[in-house]
Amino acid sequence: MSNDVLTNNGKLPAEKAVGKSAAMTEKLYQLGVLLSLLLLCAVMTALSPRFLTMDNLMNVASQAAVSAIVSIGMFLAILTAGIDLSVGSVLALSAMMMGIASDRWGLGPYASILVCLGSGALLGLVNGLLLTKLRLPHPFISTLGMQKMARGIALFVTAAAPISMFPDEIQYLGNNSIGQVPVSFILVAILYVGMYFFLTRTSTGRYIYAVGGNKEAARLSGIKVNSILNLVYTISGLTAALAGLVLAGRVNAVYPLAGLDYETDAIAAVIIGGASFFGGVGSIANTIIGVLLIAVLRNGLNLLNVDSAFQTFAIGAVIVVAVAVDVLRQNVMKSGR
Amino acid sequence: MVADGILLKVKGLTKKFPGVVALDGVDIEARAGEIHGICGENGAGKSTLIKMLTGAHTPDSGTIEFDGVTYTSLDPRRAMGVGIGCIYQELNLIPHLTVAENIFLGREMYLAESLNILDRGQMNAKAAELLADLGLAVSPTARLGTLGVGHQQMIEICRAVWSNAKLIIMDEPTSSLSEKEAHDLFRVMAQMKARGVAILFISHRLDEVRDNCDTVTVMRDGRSIESFAMKERSVADIIQLMVGRSIQNKYPKEPAPQGDVILSVRNLNRKGVLRDISFDLRAGEVLGFAGLVGAGRTETARAITGADPYDSGSIEVSGKPVKIRQPLDSINAGIAFLTENRKEQGLILIQSVAFNATIVKMHKYGKAGWLSLGRIKETARKVCAEMRLKTSGMDMLVGKLSGGNQQKVVIAKWLLSNAKIFIFDEPTRGIDVGAKVEVYKLINQLVANGAGVIIICSEMEEVMGMADRILVMHEGEITGEMTQQDATQEKIMYAASGFKQAS
Repeated sequence: MSNDVLTNNGKLPAEKAVGKSAAMTEKLYQLGVLLSLLLLCAVMTALSPRFLTMDNLMNVASQAAVSAIVSIGMFLAILTAGIDLSVGSVLALSAMMMGIASDRWGLGPYASILVCLGSGALLGLVNGLLLTKLRLPHPFISTLGMQKMARGIALFVTAAAPISMFPDEIQYLGNNSIGQVPVSFILVAILYVGMYFFLTRTSTGRYIYAVGGNKEAARLSGIKVNSILNLVYTISGLTAALAGLVLAGRVNAVYPLAGLDYETDAIAAVIIGGASFFGGVGSIANTIIGVLLIAVLRNGLNLLNVDSAFQTFAIGAVIVVAVAVDVLRQNVMKSGR
Repeated sequence: MVADGILLKVKGLTKKFPGVVALDGVDIEARAGEIHGICGENGAGKSTLIKMLTGAHTPDSGTIEFDGVTYTSLDPRRAMGVGIGCIYQELNLIPHLTVAENIFLGREMYLAESLNILDRGQMNAKAAELLADLGLAVSPTARLGTLGVGHQQMIEICRAVWSNAKLIIMDEPTSSLSEKEAHDLFRVMAQMKARGVAILFISHRLDEVRDNCDTVTVMRDGRSIESFAMKERSVADIIQLMVGRSIQNKYPKEPAPQGDVILSVRNLNRKGVLRDISFDLRAGEVLGFAGLVGAGRTETARAITGADPYDSGSIEVSGKPVKIRQPLDSINAGIAFLTENRKEQGLILIQSVAFNATIVKMHKYGKAGWLSLGRIKETARKVCAEMRLKTSGMDMLVGKLSGGNQQKVVIAKWLLSNAKIFIFDEPTRGIDVGAKVEVYKLINQLVANGAGVIIICSEMEEVMGMADRILVMHEGEITGEMTQQDATQEKIMYAASGFKQAS
């Protein structure tokens, strides 16, 4: 009885274009971020002759890969108005579990990889359950706790010792190239394209936006909000573990302090990419631009031999500016109403 | 002071909010030394007018002439400075401070101002003087929180007096007062009047207006309809002007043929909230829930729709028992819940019209897990066109729409969910008059097509105008049931106050 209830064949009358301003603001912002990236590249090219070389660009790509994969989970968490502060520690613990599986338990490479990904997913699910079942007030708390717990376990399991020398299969994603293109870069491309379609073209993906936009409205619309949140944090744990696998391959070792502070870069990338801390707004396509912006910034500062202390400062400043811009955009959207 | 004693002269005051004209050329004149009543229904524009006078909002056009000076807008500081005081429904006092401290809050007296040393002695003495002037037996050093609400309100008046207010606006001042406290208030108001203060008195209690006001202005739909001396008119005249038109036009009810029972609720209980709620709803019927705020009407709807849990009871939809544990269960049973707070619970404001319209069971707009964005947009476009939704397109953010159009998106969403039972909680709250009629017409169309509709309304007129049958609730229980023909405001009020129907 849905559509025939009402009778009218009129066209939609346009109510003033008040909606335009907000959409324009979004578009302008996205364009601005992309332009910033290009501008940054141009500046780096001018300042360092080494920047625009194939070697260096591929280096940036493979360095960005780990951060890019971590940022997928972070993006989803932030999209639901949450956050996942545990990604760096989950990365380390999952990779350590893989090292132990391969080195101590004598499991084959594929089984070890499964241990890695399974550990990450499990830790992520625990994050989700802390939020949905234990009803901790905000994922900031639960994932902060997980950050410390996972790091503690990672240090404990091998008494803080690293594990190295992995079979080729485990190193493949992090260490190999197809032609000049790193496999990790191709993996990132596949993950982002897949995630883009998941978020825009499946009902589960759309429901993630709905939960982030208005939890209560989503619940009353029949969306299983808790399942969505559990899924989001599980994916975040899984992507952190996958990033751990890539990192382990790249350095051919796992170590308990791997991934330290990775959550910071991921948060910065996601926020620069235009996702809102208030939830419900953002695009995975822009997240990769945020990741690249930070990777280029770090790479450029390295090429120019800038003190790493300043790099740390610069990333912090970038986060503050990005969040300030976010608040500004939210105000613009509200005032247009 | 102006020669003819006119202290306040509001001329052509207009204020538009997106989609709603809140004030439309309001004219009001108030003289020094008079109590001027302002009457009007909810949404007539009274509170918007107050907000202009106290500087909380800026008018779009029109002028406010006060004490011989003409302003196009006021800000709170200036309004207070020129002598406009306002006593709000909710008191703006601090319970932990003393009476005197509250009276002088923000305008303290100092022994040495540069050193920030207060002169407590002088403040207490002055406060005692003010209190005595108003005939209040209250100690200036008593903690405010220990006083009754009525006395606390008097302290607000003392504040206004101390700030030399020439005009005091009182917004529903007696709503939370006992009869005796109200009596005291009127005595103080008379004293203020004798001193030449003008009082704007806003009240729903027309007997109070009749007994205490010198002049009355009636507002309706954002306009000032008429001003007159109270002694020349009756309460019946005020009501006539307030309502303005007959209820029949305001509520375009079209009865639909009634079919079988489609929703049957038996002995629904929730500890401390709902007690033995039982009722039936038929296809083609509009069932109204009346009662005071907090009577358990929204809670009943939330229990039936899985928004809140219930302890015991049974729910049958079209004769089949359904177990409802979460919203999805009730949606699958064909029940739609259109919540009272569209913005908080009904819509995702930062998402598009298409997204919001198709959010319920979105997976059905796709194949093998992949959504068809084209189909989503087309479906939304069609249903929105049928409802004459005013929007620049399906991508428009819902947060940018007016209240009436937002409500249409909510209705569109539930139409697309294939619901047979529609529960509207305050269907027209925050919607302007024209859009209200459109919502009523949509309700007519729903029942004409065999749906069952429940409306929860706090406006008695609305429930009497639109419902075929009315259930009245009081403190979690159903205390009355009547048909549209039998219903009177008195009967509803009687049941809403907890007196069970004799029959």
